[in-house]
Amino acid sequence: MGKETEMSNNVIALSITPPAVAEIAPVVEVRQPVREAANVERQPPASPAYSFPPVSKARLRAVAITRAVILPGAVFLLVLGVWMLVNAKITSDIPTPAATWARAVEIFGQPFYIAGPNDMGIGWQVLYSLGRVMAGFALAVAVGIPVGFLMGASRDVHQACYPLVQILRPVSPLAWLPIGLLVFQAKDPSAIFVIFITSIWPVIVNTAAGVQAIPQDYLNVARVLRLGKLEVTRRILIPATLPHILTGMRLSLSVAWMVIVAAEMLTGGVGIGFYVWDEWNNLNVASIIVAIGLIGLVGIVLESLMNLAQRYFDYNRR
Amino acid sequence: MSYLNISNVDVAFPTANGAYIALREVHLEIEQGEFIAIIGHSGCGKSTVLNVVAGLLEATRGGVLLENKEVNSPGPDRAVVFQNHSLLPWLTVYENVRIAVDKVFGKSKSKAERHDWTLHNLQLVHMEHAMDKRPGEISGGMKQRVGIARALAMQPKVLLMDEPFGALDALTRAHLQESVMEIQTALNNTVLMITHDVDEAVLLSDRIVMMTNGPAATVGEILRVDLPRPRNRLELADDPTYNHYRAEVLRFLYERQRRPEAA
Repeated sequence: MGKETEMSNNVIALSITPPAVAEIAPVVEVRQPVREAANVERQPPASPAYSFPPVSKARLRAVAITRAVILPGAVFLLVLGVWMLVNAKITSDIPTPAATWARAVEIFGQPFYIAGPNDMGIGWQVLYSLGRVMAGFALAVAVGIPVGFLMGASRDVHQACYPLVQILRPVSPLAWLPIGLLVFQAKDPSAIFVIFITSIWPVIVNTAAGVQAIPQDYLNVARVLRLGKLEVTRRILIPATLPHILTGMRLSLSVAWMVIVAAEMLTGGVGIGFYVWDEWNNLNVASIIVAIGLIGLVGIVLESLMNLAQRYFDYNRR
Repeated sequence: MSYLNISNVDVAFPTANGAYIALREVHLEIEQGEFIAIIGHSGCGKSTVLNVVAGLLEATRGGVLLENKEVNSPGPDRAVVFQNHSLLPWLTVYENVRIAVDKVFGKSKSKAERHDWTLHNLQLVHMEHAMDKRPGEISGGMKQRVGIARALAMQPKVLLMDEPFGALDALTRAHLQESVMEIQTALNNTVLMITHDVDEAVLLSDRIVMMTNGPAATVGEILRVDLPRPRNRLELADDPTYNHYRAEVLRFLYERQRRPEAA
């Protein structure tokens, strides 16, 4: 947040420059005689008297607040307007923002109640979904990184696996759900399996690319130092590829969070995806809109956690 | 027998059209404490010679003897200063040198001694002030200094430098050349340096090995540079002997080994 403000300040400073340029012209005339004198006696030239209009801090802050709060707020209001228009003109099944807000207050008032296996607070729904995402994601990382390493390190492994990866990567993960249900005969493992399939491709592809991108020079350094295989892996291969691996992990985690909602709609059970489907069956549209907002927020949190991890481990960003 | 003996080395690479012979019968004997520059047009195989000595590349025929022992794999007794420094970007300046010190002296020196030795080598290249910085935070010349410190810290029998200053601007290059001369005078290292800079070769070396153009490049001429040390760039600029050596190298490169496509 602080960083953003700082950046927008810079932009403002630039945008103020143009009017100041106009004032340089008279200043140049004043400097002319000073320069000639300098040619004769080589005196240090008098510091040029640029005069910029003073930039008031209050004005900078006003612009910063406009950028950070007022502009996004305006778009938000616009969306609210469209929403109310839909409610008024198209279908009143879409609840008003006010009604939705009231529902949100109700839902978040008791996020962790348990009234039976099919009736739990929204907090539990999110946690169950997150649990499945984390299980599938962890498996994908555990399998994807070694496979990616092998593909990056060996041309033959790369040749052998690349076509398969290319074919499977663009497949919608949900297409795997029936296979999962057949093989595992249970909902939870199937959902986890779908997340695994979702997450593994970016991890494999980015890890392999990271290993391939290691400069030969680093490996030559290792050879001159006679580092053993384990030392090369620990001191060179892993640190050099970590930025790529983390990029792959960040990509797959955000997709995994999108996919779990869809997967749970099909598998049922406790989870934010099935919650949305359940509320649709109850025609409880306000709850669905609240859930959409919550899914988005959780997505942002996951993304920023991965960003933090990336900043911590990536030598380029430290 | 000389200290470092590059003995009738051939290097050939297999290609679709049969073997490509990069080096043929490269023979060079180097004494301990000598500073040798290998100069030649780009693509003539200078770096190939260095890689064979480093053990990074295997000679197809012939071989390299260091103190009468054949070398055929890389090792810290032949430390390399790479052209583009090749510091590990995730380690600090200190750690980049320390990794070499730990590897070479892990058994023979205590932890405190290894720390001191790391600092000592950073001081040699005047980089101790930046020891906690990462390579991304320092200039190209500074990175190359650290690369030299890392190589020196291995206490190599031969210091191999592969166009060490090629990527630097002229002023930084001059500065680093002075540093290398200073260090070489102090430590009496045996140095094999690849260069394409005539002034650098004459200023730094005891002998200049001039290579013919490839393919099948070989040693064309060897010029002994009998200039007293310490050498001073400014004084030498007007020194007739210096300019004579310079002209010799230029003549070799631009008259006798002029690149056909450059003509």
